[in-house]
Amino acid sequence: MSKEKIQISEDLADIMPPEYQELVATATFGNQDRGWKDIGSSKELIEQHSLCAGCPESIAFRYILASLPAPEDTVFVGSTGCTSLVFPHVAVHNIHSLFGNQNAIASGLKRTLASRFPDREKDVVVLAGDGATVDIGLDMTMQSWFRLEKFTTICFDNELYANTGGQESGLMQKGFVAKMAPKGKNFEKVRLAEIAREAGCAYVAVLTVSKPNRVEQVIKNAIYVAREIGPTFVQLYTPCILEIGKQSMEGLDEMKDSETIGGRFVQKEYITDEAQKLLDVIKEETKERKKAAKAAKKPVNA
Amino acid sequence: MNKTVDLKNKRIIASTHEKLGQKNRMNQTYTDVNDIFYKAEQTASFLTGSEVIREAIKRASVGTSVAYPITPQSEAAALIGEIYAEGYLDEYFRGESEFAVMGQCAGAAFGGHRVFTTTAGPGTLRAMENFPMWAGARLPIQVCVTCRGVNSPLSIQPDTLEMYYLLETGMLVWHAETAQDLFDFILKGFIVAEQPDVHVPIAVCCDGFFVTHTKDTVELPPLDLTLTPYDPYRNPQPVMDMETSPFRMMRDPFVMKSNYISYATHASWQQEIRSAVERSRKHTIPLLDGLIDEQNTDREILIVASGTAVSQSREAIRLLEEDGVKVGLVKIKTIRPFPTEEIKRVTKNAKHIFVPEFNVTGWLAREIKSIIPDNERVYEGPHVCGGMTLPCEVIVEQIKIHLGMETEKLRM
Repeated sequence: MSKEKIQISEDLADIMPPEYQELVATATFGNQDRGWKDIGSSKELIEQHSLCAGCPESIAFRYILASLPAPEDTVFVGSTGCTSLVFPHVAVHNIHSLFGNQNAIASGLKRTLASRFPDREKDVVVLAGDGATVDIGLDMTMQSWFRLEKFTTICFDNELYANTGGQESGLMQKGFVAKMAPKGKNFEKVRLAEIAREAGCAYVAVLTVSKPNRVEQVIKNAIYVAREIGPTFVQLYTPCILEIGKQSMEGLDEMKDSETIGGRFVQKEYITDEAQKLLDVIKEETKERKKAAKAAKKPVNA
Repeated sequence: MNKTVDLKNKRIIASTHEKLGQKNRMNQTYTDVNDIFYKAEQTASFLTGSEVIREAIKRASVGTSVAYPITPQSEAAALIGEIYAEGYLDEYFRGESEFAVMGQCAGAAFGGHRVFTTTAGPGTLRAMENFPMWAGARLPIQVCVTCRGVNSPLSIQPDTLEMYYLLETGMLVWHAETAQDLFDFILKGFIVAEQPDVHVPIAVCCDGFFVTHTKDTVELPPLDLTLTPYDPYRNPQPVMDMETSPFRMMRDPFVMKSNYISYATHASWQQEIRSAVERSRKHTIPLLDGLIDEQNTDREILIVASGTAVSQSREAIRLLEEDGVKVGLVKIKTIRPFPTEEIKRVTKNAKHIFVPEFNVTGWLAREIKSIIPDNERVYEGPHVCGGMTLPCEVIVEQIKIHLGMETEKLRM
């Protein structure tokens, strides 16, 4: 795939905004090996964001968009929450309809795109907060996994309802005092990764967004497995620094603390044998391709 | 707004789809809706309403249908599953609740499919949040609503109360009287709802059981004809398939802006949806032969009704005629857009207007009262609810009592 779809008509070239001109000139649409390292050196697919300064969700957004294997054929489905404030700035088609119905929308969308484009891969990626994924939308999240719908669900887990001002959510830690949990939350953080594994996800990953290379690999794995095998789930810790009483510059430390041994977000993956085989093949192919590309770059007489 | 369409400007929309005249995998020929209804030879069949829904969908080139069981639409939804298995649809599955089903339908429509689903009563209400979202997102999904009671304790009986809830969702709302209406409205409904200057969802409503579970004679076009497919690129908004360039929708999300631009944007969009519903009139009038049917509307006494209340009214009018009371009839086919000008016109000379209904609120009577002058002429009823039938004798009695005529007291 190429940048064909985003080319500007000559007649309109002079009136198109500079951001779009830049998107055509330097975005990484169509580059098979695009990744987080392109951030800062090429046009990113997120123009700007309306999130709080220092919000880890904003950097998670950038890593994810930089890691999509084929943004030119990817459609996002979002939900109500902080993420819905960012999607209007994203250079990939995205749907925000209601709160909690994201996996229902994605089910209909993925099947339709598969039916309309039988010879092409159209990736559908759900990106929603923990309230949308686990509380109001849990039914639809799980039912899409039961049905083995072939798309990726990413949950930005900030362990509370951030956009409405810090209320208790199912993914909040036990004992945390929050709005609507005035005496502290009295039940454990929902074990969504295990639920995903048992509900039929072929690939499940839990991690923070402190390390971009890890985020890139996990997002790619999840999308590749969803294409070929079945539902995949990625749970990313993106702490709401505002609602847990941290400063703008403390997001990274919060994530690093939570992923140390014994922490809530030590990286873990559940991969079915079938998914692992597929990922091994892809890894090998990628290695070969990069090797060949490197060889082709070398001067003939070297 | 709400202008009467000049008869001279009547224009039935002809399809220009590139697949017109080609065959689909079921060996059906993609055919313009006008040719299906007005040129092709129709054959009489004796079918239940549920079977009529199946027959319509066989000829509708539907991409996706999502099903969920709820009486009285379950049979129709399952029959669509059977024709999916035969190859008539691209996608069909059972969702997990009406809320989810309507989301799945939205996903399919966002992706560019023609989408059909069915629901009823409590299902309509559980799905409700989706309907204004469909309209706001300009998704021309068709939901067939087989009306049933919305009540506690639980009722499965016919009742049109749920239509009242649908009136301000931004959807087209049509009300079928008979199985024939149901067949026609389903196919024609897709065509009207999908026009680029309309492009909003449509609820084709019928009275549960009375229409879905009774057999009636229906004229069907040949099975080797099917509607031309939905062209998603005639959508006034981008299809969510990354086949058009990605766009930045706005500088800042309007949801978080408390300023005049934000309010103006939301307000103008809500008005645009309602305007789109009004714009559907020019396509609907030629296809449905008007938003209303009228009979003897020069009479002083009129019955105005929709759905099966029209059938009961017809019989009541016959009985009244035997007693020398002459009554005219107005059948309303589209509740949204509401036939405001038409109703004003046909009720101009009426002194007494009766509105029989199958619901507790008498919402149709309220709609009529809200648009005509001297609305004390409207008698809100008779209406029955909770699944009761509306015997024509009750209509006769109520009219006679209201007019101060002698009547034999009915034993209720």
